[in-house]
Amino acid sequence: MCRSDVAAAVALALACTLSHAGPGTGKAPTWPGIGRPATPAEIRAWDIDVRPDFKGLPRGQGSVARGQDIWESKCASCHGVFGESNEVFTPIVGGTTRKDVQTGRVEALAKGTEAQRTTMMKLSTLSTLWDYIHRAMPWNNPRTLGVDDTYAVTAYILNLAEILPGDFVLSDRNIREVQALLPNRDGKSPRHGLWLPTGKPDVRNVACMRNCAPDVKIASSLPDHARGSHGNLADQDRNRGGLRGQVTAASATAAARGGEFAAVKELTGKAACLGCHGVDRKIVGPGFNQVSEKYRAKDNAEAYLAGKIKAGGQGIWGQVPMPPSVTISDADAALLARWILKGTPE
Amino acid sequence: MVSLSHPGRLRRAPENFLDDAQVRAVQSGRRDFLRQALVAAGAAASTGALAQATGEKLILEPQPHATTLGQPVAATGYGMPSKYERNLMRRESPGLTRVSAASVAFSPLQGMFGIITASGLHFERHHQGWHDLDPSQHRLMVNGSDETLLKRPSVFTIDDLMRMPAVSRMHFIECGANTGMEWGNVAVPTVQYTHGMLSCSEFTGVRLRDVLDFCGADYRKGRYVLAEGGDGSGLTRTIPMELVESGEVLLAYGMNGEMLRPENGYPLRLVVPGVQGVSWVKWLRRIEVGDQPYGAREEVMHYIDMMPDGTHRQYTSIQECKSVITSPSGGQTLLDRGFYNITGLAWSGRGKIRRVDVSVDGGRNWRTATLQTPVLSKCLTRFSLPWVWNGEAAILQSRAVDSTGYVQPQMRQLRAVRGTRSIYHNNAIQSWKVAPGGEVSNVQI
Ligand code: HEC
Ligand code: HEC
Repeated sequence: MCRSDVAAAVALALACTLSHAGPGTGKAPTWPGIGRPATPAEIRAWDIDVRPDFKGLPRGQGSVARGQDIWESKCASCHGVFGESNEVFTPIVGGTTRKDVQTGRVEALAKGTEAQRTTMMKLSTLSTLWDYIHRAMPWNNPRTLGVDDTYAVTAYILNLAEILPGDFVLSDRNIREVQALLPNRDGKSPRHGLWLPTGKPDVRNVACMRNCAPDVKIASSLPDHARGSHGNLADQDRNRGGLRGQVTAASATAAARGGEFAAVKELTGKAACLGCHGVDRKIVGPGFNQVSEKYRAKDNAEAYLAGKIKAGGQGIWGQVPMPPSVTISDADAALLARWILKGTPE
Repeated sequence: MVSLSHPGRLRRAPENFLDDAQVRAVQSGRRDFLRQALVAAGAAASTGALAQATGEKLILEPQPHATTLGQPVAATGYGMPSKYERNLMRRESPGLTRVSAASVAFSPLQGMFGIITASGLHFERHHQGWHDLDPSQHRLMVNGSDETLLKRPSVFTIDDLMRMPAVSRMHFIECGANTGMEWGNVAVPTVQYTHGMLSCSEFTGVRLRDVLDFCGADYRKGRYVLAEGGDGSGLTRTIPMELVESGEVLLAYGMNGEMLRPENGYPLRLVVPGVQGVSWVKWLRRIEVGDQPYGAREEVMHYIDMMPDGTHRQYTSIQECKSVITSPSGGQTLLDRGFYNITGLAWSGRGKIRRVDVSVDGGRNWRTATLQTPVLSKCLTRFSLPWVWNGEAAILQSRAVDSTGYVQPQMRQLRAVRGTRSIYHNNAIQSWKVAPGGEVSNVQI
């Protein structure tokens, strides 16, 4: 391991340079026939990361106004119109003040008065927000947002957080100035020993063996309601040897044994249906109980819903669209439709 | 029927489960209930035709599996666990996350033996769901954040990687958020949910150092590596070049003798021994050499440790020395007083486990447990200690010491430095309370 901060630098630094295969030292393994050069176009296509110093940020721009359109059509269904929703993920916006914009530290975090940490409260580098939206959002359809649209929607989020005015146009030219406005830009610390295995730990216990803690008091126990919060523990244990799992709820093994809808859990999990639909309540889409009620008695309800599950749609339950589910087969869509119509049996 | 000649070692057979009444009997402290139930059953039998019963029916009479033909070889081309093992599954913790494609499934540590995690029980954590990628369509790109940092930007196929010299190493992988629900107070019932974002496998792959040498990386300027996933989240993490230089970081395709499972990044993942799981990027598509950390989403908005003054420590990565008793553990009931083998797991992201001590009185007194071999660096180590339970209340704890001399801390020591609002890197000593009724539950001292 070669560290530039090591004392006795001269001898060591020399050893380091020699032992490292820097460009041109010829220490590379010879593996003829393995690998090929990456083409410039390939590197451009995949090297999309943007660093805190904005290295990697492509040129472009986007207005708050354009960002609002994108947000409302592509993001609000999951994150809420104001970025406030707690349904699919923690809120994006909230908990920061004008004062924080001036000081660079989110006061609610320092005071411990935050109800919940929003994205904006934690964000210390703007590149992170830009990079992440560009690479990963919308969650169910990533890599579909262009560069300018990413600028726009980033600007709009900052406008929702009252950091940027409504007429702002964010671009690669002014993004450093906007970085200087982030409410928590100075709220980070690199000072700790958890980056490298050789770092210094921040707590120090001693391995006392006898009469170590004269006064053992239980400070916290599992609350009663939490005993059963994870289902029947007896169904989660091998129940052999001298131990048995505790019976904390009705046994689920009978229900889990399968039947017609055994595949549903995996399907809804894969397609994230339950991120947008509750089985018994509306989230961004209607509750499956509402869907069942509406269509149960209709002819061809199964085929109709199966079609909608695949194609998505808008306007029946509200203005929020349901995205198409391209990866679901016809048979699976029919199974899901049947399951919804029958009232989402276990 | 069970022989009554040895009443101190009564065990229930043949069913696995206690019925509700029996569990209530155990919980109310009536540990002798089984004995009584059997005495009653024996008395009933002795008045009937089986008065002269001389043993258990399943021994005295031939059983179907001994009197019929079994299944042929390869009846299941890929073998599955016995149907009697179905209780041990990866499970989500209800309410922890909101959508299951950006969630966690915990490993059932309470039922695991030794140190290797069965691949099908390896914990899962995805940010944008998992895919089963076609390995012939997968590529790994290696480049520099500019031309000066890496001489030969390259593309490798899985074929290419599998032709290179490979190594196999056993390592634990633990999510930085493991035990995160317990920072403030006790929250979940069993070791599956307190510690189950932990698994351990033998990984096979190519040293990243060799590949960077091959591509001509500049190690003097390029002190950081970015790893990027090929899934929708395109997850990125910065890896310090020191770790790569140590030769420990692997581009792995193998896990426990077969290819990685899709949930664990098939066909290629990064292995970063000792470092939290998020850095072990799955479905790995790109490695970039750079001269600065990257400030990725999982370094700036998540996997940050909130301190009492409200600042966030960024790039906290090492999983410090930690241990937990897996048996007996929360949510279990001890059937009777008598002999128990206390056993659990210990690990350290800084090296090997040197010692594990176990207390049954809440940390007043400790005894040193036996470590089972192998004891490997940055790998799970199994410990055990014999214990005779006398039927009284007890509090079980384990405390590991690693090869740097670091002693696993108490919860209050961690809180004194890091407060209670953190999520990540909770490596505190775990306490399990044993009630006089035999019921084991999660507590904090
Ligand atoms: C289908 C639901 C859905 C849609 C639509 C969606 N998101 Fe997300 N978003 C999520 C989920 C789920 C996460 C958390 C993913 C994870 O845990 O890794 C997330 C995370 C984020 C985050 C990071 C928050 C944090 O603190 O880590 C940002 C920023 C974000 N989304 C912005 C957007 C933007 C901008 C759009 C529209 C272009 C969008 N999202 C559309 C579901 C969605
Ligand atoms: C990104 C959020 C989202 C996801 C993911 C999603 N839905 Fe929807 N879904 C909606 C919305 C919003 C509507 C209402 C659309 C409308 O008003 O026409 C809807 C409507 C529906 C309907 C009723 C259609 C009608 O014509 O009345 C069904 C059935 C349905 N979804 C099933 C599913 C299933 C099954 C899945 C998973 C495969 C799924 N949805 C995934 C948002 C979602």
